[in-house]
Amino acid sequence: MVDPIKVYPAKPAKVYFYGTCLVDMFYPDAGIAGVELLEREGIEVLFPQNQTCCGQPAYTSGYHDEARSVARAQLDLFPGDWPIVVPSGSCGGMMRKHYPDLFKDTTDEVKAAEVAGRVWELTDFLLNVCHIKLEDLGEPTTVAMHTSCSARREMGVAEVGPKLLGQLKNVNLVEQIRPEECCGFGGTFAVRHPEISSAMVSEKVDALVDTGTRQFVTTDCGCLMNIAGYAEKNQKPVEGQHILSFLWSRTQGKGGSSHE
Amino acid sequence: MSETAEHTGHHIDVKEFHPRAQAAIHDPKIRKNFRSAMDGLMSKRKTAFEGWDLETLRDLGANVRLRALANLPDLLEQLEKKLTENGIKVHWAVDGDEACRIVRDICKARDAKTVIKGKSMVSEEMELNHYLEEQGIEALESDLGEYIVQLADETPSHIIMPAIHKNTGEISQLLHDKTGTDLSNDVEYLTASARLQLREKFMNADVGVSGVNFAVAETGTLCLVENEGNGRMTTTVPKCHIAVTGIEKVVPSMEDVSALLALLTRSATGQHITTYFNMISGPRKAEELDGPEEVHLVLVDNGRSSIYQDDELLDTLRCIRCGACMNHCPVYTRVGGHAYGTTYPGPIGKILMPHLIGLDEGRHLPSASSLCGACGEVCPVKIPIPDLLVRLRQESVDGDKLHPAKVRGHGAKRSSMEAMIWKGWAWMHASPGIYRFGTGAASKFRALQPSKAGAWTDYRTPPKLAAKTLHQRMKERGQ
Amino acid sequence: MSSRETILQRLRNRTGGELTVPECDFSVLVRDDWSTKERIERFEKMIESVHGEVHHCTEDMWMERLAEVLNTRGARNLLIPKQHEIGQSLRTAGRNDLPELLIYDEPIESWQSHLFNEVDASITSTRGGIAETGSLILWPNEDEPRLMSLVPPVHIAVLRASELYTTFHEAMKAQNWAAGMPTNALLISGPSKTADIEQTLAYGVHGPKELIVLIIE
Repeated sequence: MVDPIKVYPAKPAKVYFYGTCLVDMFYPDAGIAGVELLEREGIEVLFPQNQTCCGQPAYTSGYHDEARSVARAQLDLFPGDWPIVVPSGSCGGMMRKHYPDLFKDTTDEVKAAEVAGRVWELTDFLLNVCHIKLEDLGEPTTVAMHTSCSARREMGVAEVGPKLLGQLKNVNLVEQIRPEECCGFGGTFAVRHPEISSAMVSEKVDALVDTGTRQFVTTDCGCLMNIAGYAEKNQKPVEGQHILSFLWSRTQGKGGSSHE
Repeated sequence: MSETAEHTGHHIDVKEFHPRAQAAIHDPKIRKNFRSAMDGLMSKRKTAFEGWDLETLRDLGANVRLRALANLPDLLEQLEKKLTENGIKVHWAVDGDEACRIVRDICKARDAKTVIKGKSMVSEEMELNHYLEEQGIEALESDLGEYIVQLADETPSHIIMPAIHKNTGEISQLLHDKTGTDLSNDVEYLTASARLQLREKFMNADVGVSGVNFAVAETGTLCLVENEGNGRMTTTVPKCHIAVTGIEKVVPSMEDVSALLALLTRSATGQHITTYFNMISGPRKAEELDGPEEVHLVLVDNGRSSIYQDDELLDTLRCIRCGACMNHCPVYTRVGGHAYGTTYPGPIGKILMPHLIGLDEGRHLPSASSLCGACGEVCPVKIPIPDLLVRLRQESVDGDKLHPAKVRGHGAKRSSMEAMIWKGWAWMHASPGIYRFGTGAASKFRALQPSKAGAWTDYRTPPKLAAKTLHQRMKERGQ
Repeated sequence: MSSRETILQRLRNRTGGELTVPECDFSVLVRDDWSTKERIERFEKMIESVHGEVHHCTEDMWMERLAEVLNTRGARNLLIPKQHEIGQSLRTAGRNDLPELLIYDEPIESWQSHLFNEVDASITSTRGGIAETGSLILWPNEDEPRLMSLVPPVHIAVLRASELYTTFHEAMKAQNWAAGMPTNALLISGPSKTADIEQTLAYGVHGPKELIVLIIE
């Protein structure tokens, strides 16, 4: 757990947007949706073009020197004191929780801790810093939610997604069995232990399908790629998207708290 | 076991983790047994902590264990002194083999032929049963689950519920084949049959061997947690009781025990307390009418003092062996306890066993985790298990002089090919221009994306590259 | 060097240096003062939830209740303490509704088989109880040896309501356990049980099948 009690900042004029490499290459729509939601809240979004990856894949694989060299390249991207928002619990957790450890006893120790302290998971930021009010413009629908393990346990945002979805009046949120159980992604775990990972994701997909809904949303693109990819390959009737894409598409163009 | 092992126990090749895991995953019975058992245990644990300030209680548990570890050598000496005053003989063993020899010597001195055992994971670690058999001493497990596992010539698949991988039908068949009981799915009948068989054994056993949950330095007390009463039988009926335990089990006082006990049973099985909490502080006194004439404690190191050297790894020694981490582990739930091939399975096994058997032998253990964090979240003494898994992954792939070895088998998993790939990865991701060029090119030529990507696409469709990266789209927006 | 020295030296000379000793605040274990009534209710609820049986008694009628308990079970005999007032009163009561009274007054070696095979029930005193977990505190001694509460299929324990503590933490503090422990001390919370066969509860696997508590109020 990062901070037992989170101290949210006041709503800022600007934020740094840290897109993450998965969003960058595979799910840029989710990133754009996040940017649009922030801008609708009246926040100016700064996107450092020199951002690449938080370094987590190397970190969790045990290659800490490599992780550090990549992470170090991110530390200088946020010169102002604006919050850094991340559309991922996993990359957010890496930056918020693990950067201080990764740079401990190095010359970048202070900087890393300072950057880490400004990192927020984006949905958490929208709900608890922007106090976003969502106006649902969509047709009645049902959706399930999978909160990633790092969003839940490292960033402590398990309550956030359901609260945001709860603001959408035409959206019926259904809960799958064992919502807190891992989907089996785990980065390189999915390819190092493919049988175990697939046993986990197959049960996650079954749990989602059993709710009767045809769609789910999630906080993290790793889980999305895993769950939706498994469902597609095995022709299970459930599709997924990033929660930011879903929130933006339900409320597009209207409903922001500062533009009513 | 050390290389000088005098005996070769039931060695299961830990390296064969993958085939065993795969077999378990495709065994519907294993999947069902573990899934339903773990679901039950998770929900019982949740209920058991209702009304408690669990976070504060876990903080206390962690601090109690850390305090004990901070004073470990002093506490061990205090424990030894107090136990000796109380009439309990203390022995020290650097490894499992020495501990086995100590037990054997005590047995031989008493001309003991039969040993009855209470549950002890350290004795599993020592492979004591097998050793004693080789020495011509019968060692019989008396915990019902352990008894079943021993009859089946297997090892425990869970540290608290050793026979959790078996269903009633299998146990009935096993008891029928080995002990001649009638075939029956009536658990009461099966339990009653075992009671009769084991009572006979208790009465005739020369020595009782048990584990220890907490050893209290202040009063010289060995505490045992159990439900069945076999632990009390083992430590009371035979004339000689030998307790074996890891050196990390010592705590300063009974007050510390009250905190750990509150956490242990609730975390383990969702019980507010077990049926018996047995506190032993000495052998039978002259005026007493029962209890063992001799009580021994064997303090076993077996790798623990190595773990103790490092500030981060030290947290492994906080463990009070509740098993909550395995009960909540999505990997353990899928593969069951035997797939690991180690004395301690599940998350705690993954962070403890590499120290006991070396990272070379236990190479698959630290990586067999999605790092979901469920284990760390429920650990009653707040062991940061995911962080320790990452640390051990690092130890497994580190291979250069910059990183002094802390764990036996350090660098065992290093492959120059993999290291090179990560170096290349780091170079690309530490160079924003190259990264943008590479990802941009990948998007542009995404039609060429292969439809197969190793193990990933055996079970899933590949992730689809977007037409434009977020970097490009943000640039187009002028951001 | 002996193994003892080897181990202690390795621990003392740890490469990581001296460890910091954290503060331990035990206040989370302290429960609000429950009234005697609340403690009894909680005790009863907890011990019944694990298959224990509670009878509310007074000084005047506990023997009568005991006789009922034994008779409904068809107990042929009852193992009683020799010195403790429970044993004394039973022996001197001259009741004809009680089964044969047995006394554990010789070493186990001389009558082990009889104890294991012929004794139907035992009665012991307690050093109080713990409401929060539904536990009995027993300190076996020469008058009430260790096996008395373990071997017979029915164990009956006498608990004075005034000696019911709220938590284990409170009990050990109040009784000053830190000053010294007997050769054997026990918390007993229900009859012997196991769930080792497919998580199905079964009672009396090694110890008593039944635990009956007579609370003297």
